[in-house]
Amino acid sequence: MSDSENDLAVEVSGLTRRFGRFTAVDHVSFSVQQGEIFGFLGANGAGKTTTIRMLCGLLAPSAGSGTVAGYDITREYEKIKLRIGYMSQKFSLYDDLTVRENVGFYGGIYGLSHRRVEERTKELFAIIGLEELQYRLTSSLPIGWKQRLALCASLLHDPRIVFLDEPTSGVDPVSRRNFWKLIYTLSDMGKTVFVTTHYMDEAEYCHRLSIMKRGRIIEMDNPHSLKDKYRVQTMQEVFLASVRREEA
Amino acid sequence: MKSPLFSLFRKEVIHILRDRQSLFMVLTMPVLMLLLYGYAITLDMKQIDMIVADQSDSPQSRELIRHLTATDFFSVRVATGGVDNINSLFQSREAQCVLVVPADFAETRNAGQVSRVQLAVDASDPNAAKFIENYVTQAVGESRIGSASLFSLEPRVLYNPDMRSAPFFVPGLIALILLLISTLLTSIAIVREKETGTMEQLLVSPVKPPQIIIGKVLPYTVLGFLDGLIILVVGSLLFQVPIQGSLLLVMLMMLVYVVTGLSLGMLVSTMAKTQSVAMLVAITLTVLPSMLMSGFIFPITSMPKVLQWFSRIVPATYFLEIIRGIVLKGNDLSNLYRPAGILLGIDVLLLVLSIRTFRIRLE
Repeated sequence: MSDSENDLAVEVSGLTRRFGRFTAVDHVSFSVQQGEIFGFLGANGAGKTTTIRMLCGLLAPSAGSGTVAGYDITREYEKIKLRIGYMSQKFSLYDDLTVRENVGFYGGIYGLSHRRVEERTKELFAIIGLEELQYRLTSSLPIGWKQRLALCASLLHDPRIVFLDEPTSGVDPVSRRNFWKLIYTLSDMGKTVFVTTHYMDEAEYCHRLSIMKRGRIIEMDNPHSLKDKYRVQTMQEVFLASVRREEA
Repeated sequence: MKSPLFSLFRKEVIHILRDRQSLFMVLTMPVLMLLLYGYAITLDMKQIDMIVADQSDSPQSRELIRHLTATDFFSVRVATGGVDNINSLFQSREAQCVLVVPADFAETRNAGQVSRVQLAVDASDPNAAKFIENYVTQAVGESRIGSASLFSLEPRVLYNPDMRSAPFFVPGLIALILLLISTLLTSIAIVREKETGTMEQLLVSPVKPPQIIIGKVLPYTVLGFLDGLIILVVGSLLFQVPIQGSLLLVMLMMLVYVVTGLSLGMLVSTMAKTQSVAMLVAITLTVLPSMLMSGFIFPITSMPKVLQWFSRIVPATYFLEIIRGIVLKGNDLSNLYRPAGILLGIDVLLLVLSIRTFRIRLE
C-alpha cells in the first residue's frame, strides 16, 4: 500500500529543525514525484544537509511532518531505512577495506544473502564501472572513484529513493559529469533521486529543484520555468537573482 | 546466510588485522607493563643497612652477628666498641637499624641471665620498620637456642610459604593490565566511527544497536583474551608464580573479565564525543580504582567504610578474589561462584547500558 506507484516519494510540510536557538530548517514544505531527479540548491549552511538527514531518519524534526516512501518520518524511520539509499556529504566508507569488502559489508548490514550481494555487486559494478578496482584498498582510490563506490554501496539493497548529499563536491569536472550520467541512469531505472549541490551547472540537470536560503525554500520549480521567470539564461543567474530578491 | 551481525564482526576483524601497528602495540604493551610494574612493585626486602654496635666483642656476640648475616635481608657492618650517636647514623642514612650489644652480653649469657640487646629502627618507613623488627627478633631467637623457654611458637605458613610478594602481586597485575587494555580497546570503537563519519552510514542502515555493540565486542574479546593468556604465561614463568588451581578455570574467568573491560569501554565510547576523551576516561576509570580500591596492594578491610562500599563496584575487586584464589590457593568454582556471578552480572549490566545509551539518531 505504502509503496504503490501513485504515491509521492517524498512529501513534507512545515518541516523544522532547531539546534538550540538556531533554526537550521524553517518550515519547509515540498513533495517529490517517483522517478524524479529533485535538486536542493543552496550555499553552505542553508539547511540542505539537515533536511536530508531528517528525511533519512538520522535527525528527529523539531516540528512539522512528512513521509518518505509512504512512511512517517517521525515514527516509521526503521521502515524508511530499508527503502532508501543515502550518500553522506563526507566520504563515509572504510578506507582500510577493499572496494569489494566495503560493498559486501553494506550488503551484509542490510541483511542481503551472500548470493544476492554477489548478484547486485556484479550488476552495479557493470553500471558504475568499479570492476577493475574491486580488490584495491579504498584509501588508494581517487576521490571521484570513492564517490562512485559510495553510490554503489548505497544502492546495493535496491532502494526506491536515493538521497545524495553533495555527491560531487571536491570532484573534478569530468568525474562530475560522469557522476551525473549515473544519476540519469538511476532515474531511468525508476528510482527517485534527491540530490543537493552548490554547483549551479548541475542544477540544470535536475527535473525540478528548490533553492534554499537560511533554512527556508525561496524558490521551487523546473529549471526551464525558473529561467523564464527571472528572464535569464543560466541557473547561476537564477540563483543570484532569487537570493538577492530575498535580501531586498 | 550473511547476517548483519556477522558482517559487522568480519569488518571489525579486518580493521584489527590491517592495522599492524596498533595490533603490535596491543600485544606487546601488556607484557611491557607487566615487566615494569612486576619489578617495581615488591614488598620483599633485601640488603637492609644494619650497624651492629658490638660493645661485647665476644664469641657470644659474634655468634649473634653470624645469625644476622646468614640471610641477605641485612647488610651488616660491625662497629666494635659501639657507636657514638645512633641518630646521626639515621640522619645520614648510613643505617636503617642499629643493634646495640651491651658490654656484659657474654657474661650475662654465661650466667643464664636475661641480657638486654637494644634495637633502634628508623621507622620513617613503618612497613619496613616492622619487617626489620620481626627479622631481628627471629634471628635473635635462633641464636638463643638451648636456653630455656616455657613454650615455643612454630609458625606454619600456607599458600605462599616463602612469603614472596610476586605470587600476591602478579595476579593483581594481570587484573589491572587486562582491564585497562580491554577497556581501551573498545573505548574508541564507536567514537572513531563518529569522528570519521562512517557512523552516519551505519545509522541510515537498518542495523540495530545490539548488533553494532555485540559485533564490535566479539572480535575484541578474542584479542583481549589473547592478551590475557600472554601476560598469564609471562607472569607465571618470569616471576615464578605457579598456578595451584585449574588453568582452564583461570582462562574462563579471564574471558568473563575481558568482556567486563570491553563492555565498560563500549559504554564510554557510546557517550564520549572524541577519541582522546574516550581514552582518557577509559584509563581513569580502570587504572586508579583497580590499583587503589580493589585490594591489589592495600587490603580492603583496612579502608574507611565509604571506600569499602566503593570497592564493591570495582570489577577488579572480584577478579582479584578469583584469580588469587585459583593461583595461590587452588580454589575451584565452588569457592568462587559468588565473585564469578557478580562479574558476569557486571558484564550483562554494562552491555545492556551501552546498547541503551547508543543513539541511533544524530544529535
